[in-house]
Amino acid sequence: MAYSDKVIDHYENPRNVGQMDDAAKNVGTGMVGAPACGDVMRLQIEVGDDGVIKDAKFKTYGCGSAIASSSLLTEWVKGKTLEEAQQIKNTDIAEELALPPVKVHCSVLAEDAIKAAIEDFSSKQG
Amino acid sequence: MKLPIYFDYSATTPVDERVAEKMCRCLTLDGVFGNPASRSHPFGWEAEKLADEARQHVAALINADPREIVWTSGATESDNLAIKGVAHFYHKRGKHIITVKTEHKAVLDTCRQLEREGYEVTYLDVESNGLLDLDKFRDALRDDTILASVMHVNNEIGVIQDIAAIGQICRENKVIFHVDGAQSAGKVEIDMQSLPVDLMSFSAHKIYGPKGMGALYVRRKPRVRLEAQMHGGGHERGLRSGTLATHQIVGMGEAFRIAKEEMAAENARLLALRNRLWNGLKDMEEVYVNGDLEQRIAGNLNISFNFVEGESLMMALKDMAVSSGSACTSASLEPSYVLRAIGRPDELAHSSLRFTLGRYTTEEEIDFVISKLREQVKRLRDLSPLWDMYKAGIDLNSVQWAAH
Ligand SMILES: Cc1ncc(COP(=O)(O)O)c(C=O)c1O
Repeated sequence: MAYSDKVIDHYENPRNVGQMDDAAKNVGTGMVGAPACGDVMRLQIEVGDDGVIKDAKFKTYGCGSAIASSSLLTEWVKGKTLEEAQQIKNTDIAEELALPPVKVHCSVLAEDAIKAAIEDFSSKQG
Repeated sequence: MKLPIYFDYSATTPVDERVAEKMCRCLTLDGVFGNPASRSHPFGWEAEKLADEARQHVAALINADPREIVWTSGATESDNLAIKGVAHFYHKRGKHIITVKTEHKAVLDTCRQLEREGYEVTYLDVESNGLLDLDKFRDALRDDTILASVMHVNNEIGVIQDIAAIGQICRENKVIFHVDGAQSAGKVEIDMQSLPVDLMSFSAHKIYGPKGMGALYVRRKPRVRLEAQMHGGGHERGLRSGTLATHQIVGMGEAFRIAKEEMAAENARLLALRNRLWNGLKDMEEVYVNGDLEQRIAGNLNISFNFVEGESLMMALKDMAVSSGSACTSASLEPSYVLRAIGRPDELAHSSLRFTLGRYTTEEEIDFVISKLREQVKRLRDLSPLWDMYKAGIDLNSVQWAAH
C-alpha cells in the first residue's frame, strides 16, 4: 500500500509523543481501540482554567495511518477550546491525511480518542 | 548492498538467470517456438523434446516417473485439479474430505466450493507448533472419507508436516492423499518412491522458475483417477487441455534441475543465515517465533514483536520487502488465519513479520535487517501505549478494552 506524504511525515516524525499524569485534575485521558484489533490510541489533553487545551500528548499502537491520525490530532487540538475540539470529525482527519478507504477506521479511532479524553476531563471536574 | 532488500522468497522468487536464458530460447523464430503437439514437422518435435526433458527434471527432483507429471498454470490450478478432480470422480464412494485450517487459500476455497456442491469438509486444527496431531487426523476419518489434503510446508510459518505418517494413515484407510508442495519442492527431500502420497501440487515461481507455471503429480501405482477441470484438445492425457507453454515448461524444468543439484548446499547456507538472523534478535524482550523452529524449512523465520503493530513495523523497514500477518496488510481487517490456528492471540498475530530468505540473500543483508529491526522496534515501542502498560506491570488481558 502506498502512503501519502503526510502520513509518512507524521509516522517518521510523530508530534507530541508522550504521557501525562493520568490522575491530574486538569488532564483528560482517552484510551480507545483494542490490542486484538491491531490498534490502541492513548490521547491526553491538558486543559487550562479558561477551557482551552494547553497541551496534548499521544501514544499509539497501530499501523502508520493510526499513528499519523493521532499525531495530527494532537496538533489540531492544541489551542482549541473543548467545544471546538469536540467538533473535530474523522472525515477531516481522513481528508487531511488522504487515507484510503481501508484506513478510514484509523481516523474514526482518533475522533473517538478526543471525545473520550474530553469526557474524562469533564467527569473529573464533577 | 542494493536496497531495497528482498526477504519475501515465499511470496515469489526472481527467475534464476540460467532459467531465464533457457526460456528465452523457446520464443522467437530462431528458437524452439513450435507447438509440442505438432506431430508432422521438426518444429513440433523439437518443442516436444524440450517439454519431455523438462518433465524428466521435475520428476527427478521428486523421484517420480515423468509420466506422473501433469503441467498446469501453477499450484493453485494443481490444487483445484487434484481436489475437485478426485471429489468429482469418486463421489459415489463418499463425499467427505479432510483438510487443515492452515492450508493455502487455493485448497481452502476449493473445499468451500465443494461444500456448496454438497460435499462435507472437515477442517482440522493444528497444534500450537503448527503441526497436525496424527491421532486427531485419524479420528477425523469416516467411512465416506474419499480425500485428505494436507500441505507439506506452510507458506506463512514454514513448518513441515509429517506427510509420510499422514499418508500411511490414508493408505490404511483407503483415502486418497493430496499434498500441496508449493513451498516444499527444492527445500525438503521429496521421494515419491517411498512417500505414500497420491497427488502433489507444485509451483515453478517459488523456486526460481516463472510465475503462471506448475505441475500436479498424479500417482500411477496405485493409480489415481481424476475428472478433468479443463476440457479441450486432450493434452496431458486428457487431464489438462491447452497447448503446452514450452517456454514456461522449460523454465520450470530448469528450475527443478538446478534445485536438485543445489538443494543440499543451499539449505545449509540458508539455515546459517536464518540462525544468524534469529541469534541477532532473540535477546530482545517479548519476541516470539511463530511455529516450530525445528520442523521448519531453513529459509523461513516468522516472528512477533509484542506491543508493536506489524504494518507499522513494515513501514519502518521500508528498505526491506517482508510480509506481515497483521490485518492491516489485507482488506479483511482479520489477522492471519494461520497464526490464529496455532493459537496465537490476535495481538501477537498483528505484531508478526515473516522473513523468507533465498538464493540471493547475503550475510550483509541479514546484518542490516538485524540492526534496523532493533532500532525500529525500540522506536515503535517508545510510541506504544501497550509497551508503557507492560513496563508498568499491567496485565493487558485484565484491561477492559473499548472494542470497535
Ligand atoms: C502453499 C501454497 N499453495 C499454493 C500456492 C499458489 O501457487 P501459485 O501461485 O503457483 O498458483 C502458494 C503460493 O502462493 C502456496 O504458498
